[in-house]
Amino acid sequence: MTTDYKPAIHFNHVDYSINDNQILRGITGSFPEGKITTLVGPSGAGKTTLLKLCNGLLSPESGEIYIKDKQINSFEPVELRRKVGIALQSAPMVSGTVYRNLALPVELRGEKYDKKEAENLLRDVGLGEKFLDRKVTDLSGGQRQKVSIARTLVNKPEILLLDEITSSLDRTSLKEVEELITLINQKYGTTIIWITHNLQQALDIGDFTWVMMDGEVVETGESDLLRAPSNDRVKSFVQGGAQ
Amino acid sequence: MTYLTLSITLIFVVIPLVLSKTLNLGLERDTIIATVRSIIQLLLVGFILKFVFDSESLLYIFLMVTLMIVAATHNARNKGASIKGITWKVAITLIFVEVLTQGILIGLNITPPTAQYIISISGMVIGNSMVLSILFLNRFTSEVESHQDETELVLSLGGTPKQAIHNQLINSIKASMIPTIESQKTVGLVQLPGMMSGQIIAGADPIQAVQFQLLIMFLLLTTASVTSVMLGFLSYPTLFNQRMQLIQKS
Ligand SMILES: Nc1ncnc2c1ncn2[C@@H]1O[C@H](COP(=O)(O)OP(=O)(O)OP(=O)(O)O)[C@@H](O)[C@H]1O
Ligand SMILES: [Mg+2]
Repeated sequence: MTTDYKPAIHFNHVDYSINDNQILRGITGSFPEGKITTLVGPSGAGKTTLLKLCNGLLSPESGEIYIKDKQINSFEPVELRRKVGIALQSAPMVSGTVYRNLALPVELRGEKYDKKEAENLLRDVGLGEKFLDRKVTDLSGGQRQKVSIARTLVNKPEILLLDEITSSLDRTSLKEVEELITLINQKYGTTIIWITHNLQQALDIGDFTWVMMDGEVVETGESDLLRAPSNDRVKSFVQGGAQ
Repeated sequence: MTYLTLSITLIFVVIPLVLSKTLNLGLERDTIIATVRSIIQLLLVGFILKFVFDSESLLYIFLMVTLMIVAATHNARNKGASIKGITWKVAITLIFVEVLTQGILIGLNITPPTAQYIISISGMVIGNSMVLSILFLNRFTSEVESHQDETELVLSLGGTPKQAIHNQLINSIKASMIPTIESQKTVGLVQLPGMMSGQIIAGADPIQAVQFQLLIMFLLLTTASVTSVMLGFLSYPTLFNQRMQLIQKS
Protein backbone atom coordinates (compact mmCIF):
# COMPACT_ATOMS: atom_id res chain seq x y z
CA MET A 1 0.00 0.00 0.00
CA THR A 2 0.96 3.60 -0.46
CA THR A 3 1.72 4.02 3.22
CA ASP A 4 4.82 1.81 2.99
CA TYR A 5 6.64 4.34 0.87
CA LYS A 6 8.29 7.64 1.69
CA PRO A 7 5.86 10.31 0.53
CA ALA A 8 6.96 12.94 -1.97
CA ILE A 9 3.70 14.78 -1.38
CA HIS A 10 1.35 14.25 1.51
CA PHE A 11 -2.18 15.62 1.89
CA ASN A 12 -3.76 15.87 5.31
CA HIS A 13 -7.51 16.63 5.43
CA VAL A 14 -7.35 19.14 2.61
CA ASP A 15 -10.45 21.11 1.65
CA TYR A 16 -10.69 23.53 -1.21
CA SER A 17 -13.53 25.74 -2.35
CA ILE A 18 -14.10 28.74 -4.57
CA ASN A 19 -16.51 31.16 -2.94
CA ASP A 20 -19.19 28.84 -1.56
CA ASN A 21 -18.57 26.07 -4.03
CA GLN A 22 -16.74 23.18 -2.34
CA ILE A 23 -14.49 21.48 -4.87
CA LEU A 24 -12.28 19.21 -2.77
CA ARG A 25 -13.33 17.59 0.49
CA GLY A 26 -11.16 15.94 3.12
CA ILE A 27 -8.34 14.83 0.85
CA THR A 28 -5.87 12.67 2.78
CA GLY A 29 -3.13 10.52 1.31
CA SER A 30 0.39 10.34 -0.07
CA PHE A 31 2.10 10.24 -3.42
CA PRO A 32 5.10 7.92 -2.99
CA GLU A 33 8.52 9.26 -3.85
CA GLY A 34 10.04 8.00 -7.10
CA LYS A 35 6.80 6.32 -8.18
CA ILE A 36 4.19 6.98 -10.83
CA THR A 37 0.75 7.62 -9.38
CA THR A 38 -2.18 8.08 -11.73
CA LEU A 39 -5.21 10.14 -10.89
CA VAL A 40 -8.45 9.02 -12.50
CA GLY A 41 -12.09 9.97 -12.14
CA PRO A 42 -14.99 11.54 -13.97
CA SER A 43 -14.94 15.07 -15.37
CA GLY A 44 -15.29 17.67 -12.69
CA ALA A 45 -14.11 15.33 -9.93
CA GLY A 46 -11.43 17.82 -8.89
CA LYS A 47 -8.33 16.18 -10.37
CA THR A 48 -6.91 19.35 -11.91
CA THR A 49 -7.63 21.29 -8.75
CA LEU A 50 -5.76 18.73 -6.68
CA LEU A 51 -2.77 18.91 -9.02
CA LYS A 52 -2.65 22.70 -8.81
CA LEU A 53 -2.58 22.45 -5.03
CA CYS A 54 0.59 20.33 -5.31
CA ASN A 55 2.70 23.11 -6.78
CA GLY A 56 1.12 26.08 -5.09
CA LEU A 57 -0.91 27.42 -8.01
CA LEU A 58 -3.75 27.13 -5.50
CA SER A 59 -3.72 26.91 -1.72
CA PRO A 60 -6.03 24.78 0.40
CA GLU A 61 -8.78 26.38 2.37
CA SER A 62 -7.99 24.09 5.28
CA GLY A 63 -5.75 21.09 5.96
CA GLU A 64 -2.04 20.71 5.24
CA ILE A 65 0.09 19.71 2.30
CA TYR A 66 3.67 18.50 2.77
CA ILE A 67 6.32 18.29 0.09
CA LYS A 68 8.98 15.84 1.28
CA ASP A 69 8.02 16.38 4.91
CA LYS A 70 8.13 20.17 4.64
CA GLN A 71 4.99 22.29 4.88
CA ILE A 72 4.17 23.51 1.39
CA ASN A 73 3.95 27.10 2.62
CA SER A 74 7.53 27.00 3.85
CA PHE A 75 8.69 27.04 0.22
CA GLU A 76 9.02 30.20 -1.78
CA PRO A 77 6.34 29.94 -4.52
CA VAL A 78 8.91 30.31 -7.29
CA GLU A 79 11.22 27.67 -5.81
CA LEU A 80 8.27 25.31 -5.23
CA ARG A 81 7.02 25.59 -8.80
CA ARG A 82 10.44 24.82 -10.25
CA LYS A 83 10.79 21.81 -7.95
CA VAL A 84 7.23 20.61 -8.67
CA GLY A 85 6.61 21.08 -12.38
CA ILE A 86 3.21 20.88 -14.03
CA ALA A 87 2.07 20.30 -17.60
CA LEU A 88 -1.32 22.02 -17.67
CA GLN A 89 -4.40 20.37 -19.15
CA SER A 90 -4.97 22.95 -21.87
CA ALA A 91 -1.28 23.01 -22.89
CA PRO A 92 -1.28 26.84 -23.03
CA MET A 93 1.38 28.54 -25.11
CA VAL A 94 2.89 31.99 -25.10
CA SER A 95 2.66 33.46 -28.58
CA GLY A 96 5.63 33.04 -30.88
CA THR A 97 7.74 30.04 -31.75
CA VAL A 98 8.20 26.65 -30.18
CA TYR A 99 11.69 27.75 -29.16
CA ARG A 100 10.31 30.75 -27.32
CA ASN A 101 8.06 28.43 -25.34
CA LEU A 102 10.84 26.01 -24.50
CA ALA A 103 13.11 28.88 -23.48
CA LEU A 104 10.44 30.45 -21.28
CA PRO A 105 11.29 28.63 -18.02
CA VAL A 106 14.95 29.60 -18.42
CA GLU A 107 14.27 33.17 -19.47
CA LEU A 108 12.07 33.64 -16.43
CA ARG A 109 15.28 33.14 -14.44
CA GLY A 110 16.96 35.79 -16.58
CA GLU A 111 19.16 33.30 -18.45
CA LYS A 112 19.47 32.28 -22.08
CA TYR A 113 18.42 28.86 -23.31
CA ASP A 114 20.76 26.92 -25.55
CA LYS A 115 19.23 25.96 -28.91
CA LYS A 116 21.01 22.59 -28.83
CA GLU A 117 19.31 21.69 -25.56
CA ALA A 118 15.96 22.71 -26.98
CA GLU A 119 16.54 20.47 -30.01
CA ASN A 120 17.44 17.50 -27.84
CA LEU A 121 14.35 17.98 -25.76
CA LEU A 122 12.15 18.21 -28.84
CA ARG A 123 13.58 14.95 -30.08
CA ASP A 124 12.90 13.35 -26.69
CA VAL A 125 9.20 14.13 -26.97
CA GLY A 126 9.08 12.89 -30.54
CA LEU A 127 9.18 16.17 -32.43
CA GLY A 128 11.97 16.89 -34.88
CA GLU A 129 14.28 19.86 -34.44
CA LYS A 130 12.58 21.46 -37.46
CA PHE A 131 9.78 22.38 -35.08
CA LEU A 132 12.01 24.78 -33.17
CA ASP A 133 11.14 27.80 -35.30
CA ARG A 134 7.55 26.77 -35.95
CA LYS A 135 4.88 29.20 -34.76
CA VAL A 136 2.83 27.65 -31.95
CA THR A 137 -0.36 28.71 -33.71
CA ASP A 138 0.58 26.30 -36.53
CA LEU A 139 0.82 23.25 -34.25
CA SER A 140 -1.73 20.49 -34.06
CA GLY A 141 -3.31 19.65 -30.71
CA GLY A 142 -1.00 16.68 -30.22
CA GLN A 143 2.10 18.68 -31.15
CA ARG A 144 1.13 21.34 -28.66
CA GLN A 145 0.87 18.72 -25.95
CA LYS A 146 4.35 17.49 -26.79
CA VAL A 147 5.77 21.00 -26.64
CA SER A 148 3.99 21.51 -23.34
CA ILE A 149 5.54 18.35 -21.88
CA ALA A 150 8.99 19.34 -23.14
CA ARG A 151 8.63 22.81 -21.65
CA THR A 152 7.72 21.37 -18.26
CA LEU A 153 10.86 19.22 -18.37
CA VAL A 154 13.12 22.23 -18.94
CA ASN A 155 13.14 23.05 -15.20
CA LYS A 156 14.13 19.41 -14.43
CA PRO A 157 11.49 19.12 -11.70
CA GLU A 158 11.87 16.58 -8.89
CA ILE A 159 8.13 16.02 -8.95
CA LEU A 160 6.26 16.02 -12.23
CA LEU A 161 2.53 16.77 -12.45
CA LEU A 162 0.92 15.76 -15.75
CA ASP A 163 -2.64 16.79 -16.53
CA GLU A 164 -4.09 14.76 -19.42
CA ILE A 165 -0.99 15.19 -21.53
CA THR A 166 -1.85 12.48 -24.02
CA SER A 167 -5.52 13.24 -24.68
CA SER A 168 -4.86 14.45 -28.26
CA LEU A 169 -2.18 11.96 -29.18
CA ASP A 170 -2.42 9.05 -31.59
CA ARG A 171 -1.47 5.59 -30.34
CA THR A 172 2.16 5.79 -31.48
CA SER A 173 2.74 9.20 -29.97
CA LEU A 174 0.97 8.12 -26.82
CA LYS A 175 3.31 5.16 -26.42
CA GLU A 176 6.33 7.41 -27.08
CA VAL A 177 5.26 9.84 -24.38
CA GLU A 178 4.54 7.03 -21.94
CA GLU A 179 8.01 5.64 -22.56
CA LEU A 180 9.62 9.03 -22.13
CA ILE A 181 7.89 9.65 -18.81
CA THR A 182 8.71 6.16 -17.58
CA LEU A 183 12.33 6.72 -18.60
CA ILE A 184 12.49 10.02 -16.70
CA ASN A 185 10.95 8.31 -13.71
CA GLN A 186 13.53 5.52 -13.77
CA LYS A 187 16.58 7.53 -14.74
CA TYR A 188 16.14 10.47 -12.36
CA GLY A 189 13.83 8.98 -9.76
CA THR A 190 11.32 11.69 -10.56
CA THR A 191 8.02 11.34 -8.74
CA ILE A 192 5.15 11.46 -11.21
CA ILE A 193 1.51 12.28 -10.67
CA TRP A 194 -0.41 11.73 -13.85
CA ILE A 195 -4.06 12.57 -14.50
CA THR A 196 -5.57 10.44 -17.24
CA HIS A 197 -8.96 9.54 -18.62
CA ASN A 198 -7.43 6.48 -20.19
CA LEU A 199 -7.77 3.61 -17.69
CA GLN A 200 -5.61 1.32 -19.79
CA GLN A 201 -2.88 3.95 -19.53
CA ALA A 202 -3.31 4.05 -15.75
CA LEU A 203 -2.83 0.26 -15.67
CA ASP A 204 0.11 0.34 -18.07
CA ILE A 205 2.23 3.06 -16.53
CA GLY A 206 0.97 3.62 -13.01
CA ASP A 207 2.48 2.11 -9.88
CA PHE A 208 -0.38 3.52 -7.84
CA THR A 209 -3.77 5.01 -8.59
CA TRP A 210 -6.11 7.45 -6.88
CA VAL A 211 -9.73 7.39 -7.95
CA MET A 212 -11.51 10.70 -7.39
CA MET A 213 -15.23 11.47 -7.52
CA ASP A 214 -17.14 14.59 -6.56
CA GLY A 215 -14.19 16.20 -4.85
CA GLU A 216 -13.26 13.18 -2.80
CA VAL A 217 -10.71 10.41 -3.06
CA VAL A 218 -12.82 7.26 -3.11
CA GLU A 219 -10.16 4.61 -3.60
CA THR A 220 -6.36 4.42 -3.62
CA GLY A 221 -3.87 1.64 -4.00
CA GLU A 222 -1.72 -0.14 -6.55
CA SER A 223 -3.00 0.52 -10.06
CA ASP A 224 -4.31 -3.04 -10.28
CA LEU A 225 -7.19 -1.90 -8.10
CA LEU A 226 -8.77 -0.72 -11.34
CA ARG A 227 -9.18 -4.36 -12.40
CA ALA A 228 -11.25 -5.18 -9.34
CA PRO A 229 -12.41 -2.11 -7.47
CA SER A 230 -13.95 -2.64 -4.06
CA ASN A 231 -16.07 0.52 -4.14
CA ASP A 232 -19.32 0.26 -6.11
CA ARG A 233 -19.09 3.76 -7.58
CA VAL A 234 -15.57 3.04 -8.73
CA LYS A 235 -16.75 -0.24 -10.20
CA SER A 236 -19.38 1.43 -12.35
CA PHE A 237 -16.93 4.20 -13.30
CA VAL A 238 -14.37 1.64 -14.42
CA GLN A 239 -16.94 -0.34 -16.36
CA GLY A 240 -18.36 2.75 -18.00
CA GLY A 241 -14.99 4.34 -18.67
CA ALA A 242 -12.87 1.33 -19.64
CA GLN A 243 -11.68 1.48 -23.21
CA MET B 1 -22.69 86.11 -29.85
CA THR B 2 -25.96 87.16 -28.20
CA TYR B 3 -28.38 84.82 -26.45
CA LEU B 4 -30.77 85.47 -29.34
CA THR B 5 -28.32 84.17 -31.96
CA LEU B 6 -27.47 81.30 -29.64
CA SER B 7 -31.12 80.28 -29.48
CA ILE B 8 -31.32 80.36 -33.27
CA THR B 9 -28.56 77.70 -33.28
CA LEU B 10 -31.16 75.34 -31.84
CA ILE B 11 -32.01 74.78 -35.51
CA PHE B 12 -29.09 72.39 -35.44
CA VAL B 13 -30.91 70.38 -32.81
CA VAL B 14 -34.20 70.41 -34.68
CA ILE B 15 -32.69 68.77 -37.76
CA PRO B 16 -31.62 65.54 -36.01
CA LEU B 17 -34.94 65.50 -34.13
CA VAL B 18 -36.91 65.64 -37.36
CA LEU B 19 -34.72 62.98 -38.93
CA SER B 20 -35.06 60.75 -35.91
CA LYS B 21 -38.83 61.14 -35.94
CA THR B 22 -39.34 60.50 -39.64
CA LEU B 23 -36.92 57.58 -39.81
CA ASN B 24 -38.07 56.10 -36.50
CA LEU B 25 -34.55 56.15 -35.08
CA GLY B 26 -35.96 56.52 -31.59
CA LEU B 27 -33.29 59.02 -30.64
CA GLU B 28 -35.57 61.98 -29.87
CA ARG B 29 -35.53 61.54 -26.13
CA ASP B 30 -31.75 61.16 -25.91
CA THR B 31 -31.20 64.08 -28.26
CA ILE B 32 -33.36 66.34 -26.13
CA ILE B 33 -31.74 65.18 -22.91
CA ALA B 34 -28.29 65.72 -24.42
CA THR B 35 -29.24 69.21 -25.58
CA VAL B 36 -30.74 70.28 -22.27
CA ARG B 37 -27.86 68.82 -20.31
CA SER B 38 -25.20 70.48 -22.42
CA ILE B 39 -26.97 73.85 -22.13
CA ILE B 40 -27.26 73.65 -18.37
CA GLN B 41 -23.82 72.14 -17.75
CA LEU B 42 -21.90 74.49 -19.99
CA LEU B 43 -23.70 77.63 -18.88
CA LEU B 44 -23.10 76.61 -15.29
CA VAL B 45 -19.43 76.01 -16.01
CA GLY B 46 -19.26 79.34 -17.80
CA PHE B 47 -20.61 81.21 -14.80
CA ILE B 48 -18.41 79.31 -12.40
CA LEU B 49 -15.34 79.95 -14.54
CA LYS B 50 -16.16 83.63 -14.77
CA PHE B 51 -16.48 83.76 -11.02
CA VAL B 52 -13.22 81.88 -10.41
CA PHE B 53 -11.28 83.87 -13.00
CA ASP B 54 -12.49 87.12 -11.54
CA SER B 55 -11.63 86.09 -8.02
CA GLU B 56 -8.13 84.78 -8.91
CA SER B 57 -8.27 82.87 -5.63
CA LEU B 58 -5.97 79.86 -5.23
CA LEU B 59 -8.59 78.15 -3.11
CA TYR B 60 -11.16 78.28 -5.90
CA ILE B 61 -8.67 77.01 -8.45
CA PHE B 62 -7.86 74.17 -6.12
CA LEU B 63 -11.53 73.37 -5.61
CA MET B 64 -12.20 73.40 -9.36
CA VAL B 65 -9.35 71.02 -10.08
CA THR B 66 -10.42 68.76 -7.21
CA LEU B 67 -13.94 68.69 -8.58
CA MET B 68 -12.63 67.71 -12.03
CA ILE B 69 -10.59 64.89 -10.54
CA VAL B 70 -13.51 63.60 -8.50
CA ALA B 71 -15.83 63.61 -11.51
CA ALA B 72 -13.22 61.97 -13.76
CA THR B 73 -12.48 59.29 -11.15
CA HIS B 74 -16.16 58.55 -10.80
CA ASN B 75 -16.49 58.12 -14.56
CA ALA B 76 -13.45 55.92 -15.05
CA ARG B 77 -13.66 53.57 -12.07
CA ASN B 78 -16.64 51.59 -13.36
CA LYS B 79 -14.51 50.19 -16.16
CA GLY B 80 -12.23 48.54 -13.65
CA ALA B 81 -14.84 47.42 -11.17
CA SER B 82 -13.20 44.00 -11.00
CA ILE B 83 -9.94 45.50 -9.74
CA LYS B 84 -9.72 45.96 -6.00
CA GLY B 85 -9.38 49.58 -4.83
CA ILE B 86 -9.73 50.89 -8.37
CA THR B 87 -11.26 54.20 -7.22
CA TRP B 88 -8.13 55.16 -5.33
CA LYS B 89 -5.84 53.89 -8.02
CA VAL B 90 -7.56 56.05 -10.63
CA ALA B 91 -7.68 59.06 -8.29
CA ILE B 92 -3.98 58.78 -7.43
CA THR B 93 -3.11 58.47 -11.11
CA LEU B 94 -5.14 61.54 -12.04
CA ILE B 95 -3.66 63.56 -9.17
CA PHE B 96 -0.15 62.52 -10.12
CA VAL B 97 -0.65 63.42 -13.78
CA GLU B 98 -2.14 66.79 -12.84
CA VAL B 99 0.64 67.66 -10.39
CA LEU B 100 3.32 66.50 -12.81
CA THR B 101 2.03 68.49 -15.79
CA GLN B 102 1.22 71.66 -13.87
CA GLY B 103 4.51 71.34 -12.02
CA ILE B 104 6.44 71.35 -15.28
CA LEU B 105 4.30 74.05 -16.93
CA ILE B 106 4.42 76.47 -14.02
CA GLY B 107 7.82 75.41 -12.68
CA LEU B 108 9.55 76.04 -16.01
CA ASN B 109 7.53 79.17 -16.61
CA ILE B 110 5.88 77.77 -19.72
CA THR B 111 2.43 79.00 -18.73
CA PRO B 112 1.59 81.65 -16.13
CA PRO B 113 0.08 80.46 -12.84
CA THR B 114 -3.26 82.11 -13.45
CA ALA B 115 -6.71 80.60 -13.05
CA GLN B 116 -7.32 80.90 -16.78
CA TYR B 117 -4.35 78.73 -17.71
CA ILE B 118 -4.40 76.32 -14.82
CA ILE B 119 -8.08 75.47 -15.11
CA SER B 120 -8.32 75.16 -18.89
CA ILE B 121 -5.17 73.08 -19.16
CA SER B 122 -6.12 70.95 -16.16
CA GLY B 123 -9.48 70.30 -17.78
CA MET B 124 -7.82 68.96 -20.89
CA VAL B 125 -5.22 66.96 -18.99
CA ILE B 126 -7.67 65.41 -16.53
CA GLY B 127 -10.26 64.75 -19.23
CA ASN B 128 -7.67 63.07 -21.38
CA SER B 129 -6.31 61.10 -18.45
CA MET B 130 -9.84 59.93 -17.70
CA VAL B 131 -10.36 58.70 -21.25
CA LEU B 132 -7.01 56.95 -21.15
CA SER B 133 -7.91 55.29 -17.85
CA ILE B 134 -11.12 54.00 -19.36
CA LEU B 135 -9.36 52.74 -22.48
CA PHE B 136 -6.66 51.09 -20.42
CA LEU B 137 -8.99 49.45 -17.90
CA ASN B 138 -11.29 48.17 -20.62
CA ARG B 139 -8.44 46.58 -22.47
CA PHE B 140 -6.60 45.32 -19.41
CA THR B 141 -9.58 43.55 -17.85
CA SER B 142 -10.37 41.81 -21.13
CA GLU B 143 -6.70 40.90 -21.77
CA VAL B 144 -6.42 39.42 -18.28
CA GLU B 145 -9.55 37.40 -18.75
CA SER B 146 -8.76 36.08 -22.20
CA HIS B 147 -5.14 35.22 -21.37
CA GLN B 148 -5.66 33.68 -17.98
CA ASP B 149 -4.18 30.39 -19.20
CA GLU B 150 -0.99 32.12 -20.23
CA THR B 151 -0.71 33.93 -16.91
CA GLU B 152 -1.12 30.65 -15.06
CA LEU B 153 1.42 29.01 -17.34
CA VAL B 154 4.12 31.55 -16.51
CA LEU B 155 3.37 31.25 -12.79
CA SER B 156 3.52 27.45 -13.06
CA LEU B 157 6.99 27.62 -14.60
CA GLY B 158 8.33 29.69 -11.72
CA GLY B 159 7.58 33.16 -13.00
CA THR B 160 6.65 36.08 -10.76
CA PRO B 161 3.26 37.81 -11.04
CA LYS B 162 4.95 40.66 -12.87
CA GLN B 163 6.42 38.25 -15.43
CA ALA B 164 3.11 36.43 -15.68
CA ILE B 165 1.13 39.56 -16.48
CA HIS B 166 3.83 41.33 -18.49
CA ASN B 167 2.46 40.70 -21.99
CA GLN B 168 -1.10 41.60 -21.08
CA LEU B 169 0.06 44.73 -19.28
CA ILE B 170 2.25 45.94 -22.12
CA ASN B 171 -0.41 45.18 -24.74
CA SER B 172 -3.01 47.13 -22.78
CA ILE B 173 -0.72 50.10 -22.22
CA LYS B 174 0.16 50.18 -25.91
CA ALA B 175 -3.42 49.76 -27.11
CA SER B 176 -4.70 52.55 -24.89
CA MET B 177 -2.02 54.98 -26.10
CA ILE B 178 -2.47 54.33 -29.81
CA PRO B 179 -5.47 56.64 -30.36
CA THR B 180 -3.60 59.58 -28.83
CA ILE B 181 -0.54 59.02 -30.97
CA GLU B 182 -2.50 58.30 -34.15
CA SER B 183 -4.70 61.37 -33.81
CA GLN B 184 -1.58 63.52 -33.49
CA LYS B 185 -0.18 62.17 -36.73
CA THR B 186 -3.02 63.61 -38.80
CA VAL B 187 -3.78 66.66 -36.71
CA GLY B 188 -4.44 69.76 -38.83
CA LEU B 189 -4.79 67.75 -42.03
CA VAL B 190 -8.34 66.60 -41.61
CA GLN B 191 -9.68 68.84 -38.93
CA LEU B 192 -8.45 71.61 -36.74
CA PRO B 193 -8.37 70.74 -33.07
CA GLY B 194 -11.40 72.20 -31.29
CA MET B 195 -9.41 74.33 -28.94
CA MET B 196 -7.37 75.88 -31.74
CA SER B 197 -10.47 76.60 -33.80
CA GLY B 198 -12.03 78.27 -30.79
CA GLN B 199 -9.01 80.47 -30.26
CA ILE B 200 -8.87 81.46 -33.92
CA ILE B 201 -12.57 82.28 -33.99
CA ALA B 202 -12.11 84.33 -30.85
CA GLY B 203 -9.57 86.37 -32.80
CA ALA B 204 -6.22 84.94 -31.76
CA ASP B 205 -3.26 84.94 -34.13
CA PRO B 206 -3.26 81.50 -35.88
CA ILE B 207 0.46 81.02 -35.22
CA GLN B 208 -0.09 81.70 -31.54
CA ALA B 209 -3.00 79.31 -31.55
CA VAL B 210 -0.85 76.65 -33.23
CA GLN B 211 1.93 77.08 -30.70
CA PHE B 212 -0.50 76.63 -27.88
CA GLN B 213 -2.07 73.63 -29.57
CA LEU B 214 1.36 72.02 -29.92
CA LEU B 215 1.99 72.52 -26.24
CA ILE B 216 -1.31 70.84 -25.44
CA MET B 217 -0.64 67.94 -27.77
CA PHE B 218 2.76 67.22 -26.26
CA LEU B 219 1.20 67.52 -22.86
CA LEU B 220 -1.41 64.94 -23.80
CA LEU B 221 1.31 62.51 -24.92
CA THR B 222 2.78 62.67 -21.45
CA THR B 223 -0.67 62.40 -19.95
CA ALA B 224 -1.50 59.33 -22.01
CA SER B 225 1.69 57.44 -21.29
CA VAL B 226 1.93 58.31 -17.60
CA THR B 227 -1.74 57.46 -17.02
CA SER B 228 -1.59 54.03 -18.68
CA VAL B 229 1.72 53.02 -17.19
CA MET B 230 0.91 54.20 -13.70
CA LEU B 231 -2.58 52.73 -13.63
CA GLY B 232 -1.19 49.49 -15.05
CA PHE B 233 1.46 49.10 -12.40
CA LEU B 234 -0.98 50.03 -9.65
CA SER B 235 -3.60 47.57 -10.91
CA TYR B 236 -1.84 44.34 -11.77
CA PRO B 237 -0.74 43.38 -8.22
CA THR B 238 -4.38 43.19 -7.10
CA LEU B 239 -4.89 40.21 -9.42
CA PHE B 240 -2.50 38.11 -7.34
CA ASN B 241 -2.23 37.15 -3.69
CA GLN B 242 0.77 36.83 -1.38
CA ARG B 243 1.44 33.26 -2.51
CA MET B 244 1.83 34.46 -6.12
CA GLN B 245 -1.47 32.90 -7.13
CA LEU B 246 -4.07 34.32 -9.47
CA ILE B 247 -6.97 35.28 -7.24
CA GLN B 248 -9.86 32.99 -8.21
CA LYS B 249 -13.22 34.48 -8.93
CA SER B 250 -16.33 32.84 -10.23
N1 LIG C 1 -12.10 28.79 -11.22
C1 LIG C 1 -13.18 28.03 -10.96
N2 LIG C 1 -14.36 28.61 -10.64
C2 LIG C 1 -15.44 27.86 -10.35
N3 LIG C 1 -15.45 26.54 -10.37
C3 LIG C 1 -14.33 25.90 -10.67
C4 LIG C 1 -13.13 26.60 -10.98
N4 LIG C 1 -12.18 25.71 -11.24
C5 LIG C 1 -12.75 24.51 -11.11
N5 LIG C 1 -14.05 24.61 -10.77
C6 LIG C 1 -15.00 23.51 -10.54
O1 LIG C 1 -14.39 22.56 -9.72
C7 LIG C 1 -14.73 21.25 -10.09
C8 LIG C 1 -13.47 20.45 -10.31
O2 LIG C 1 -12.77 20.95 -11.41
P1 LIG C 1 -11.45 20.28 -11.94
O3 LIG C 1 -10.98 21.09 -13.09
O4 LIG C 1 -10.51 20.08 -10.83
O5 LIG C 1 -12.01 18.88 -12.45
P2 LIG C 1 -11.25 17.71 -13.22
O6 LIG C 1 -11.40 16.49 -12.39
O7 LIG C 1 -9.89 18.14 -13.58
O8 LIG C 1 -12.15 17.56 -14.53
P3 LIG C 1 -11.71 17.20 -16.04
O9 LIG C 1 -11.48 15.74 -16.08
O10 LIG C 1 -12.90 17.58 -16.85
O11 LIG C 1 -10.50 17.99 -16.35
C9 LIG C 1 -15.58 21.39 -11.34
O12 LIG C 1 -16.93 21.24 -10.97
C10 LIG C 1 -15.32 22.79 -11.82
O13 LIG C 1 -16.47 23.32 -12.44
MG1 LIG D 1 -8.95 18.56 -15.29
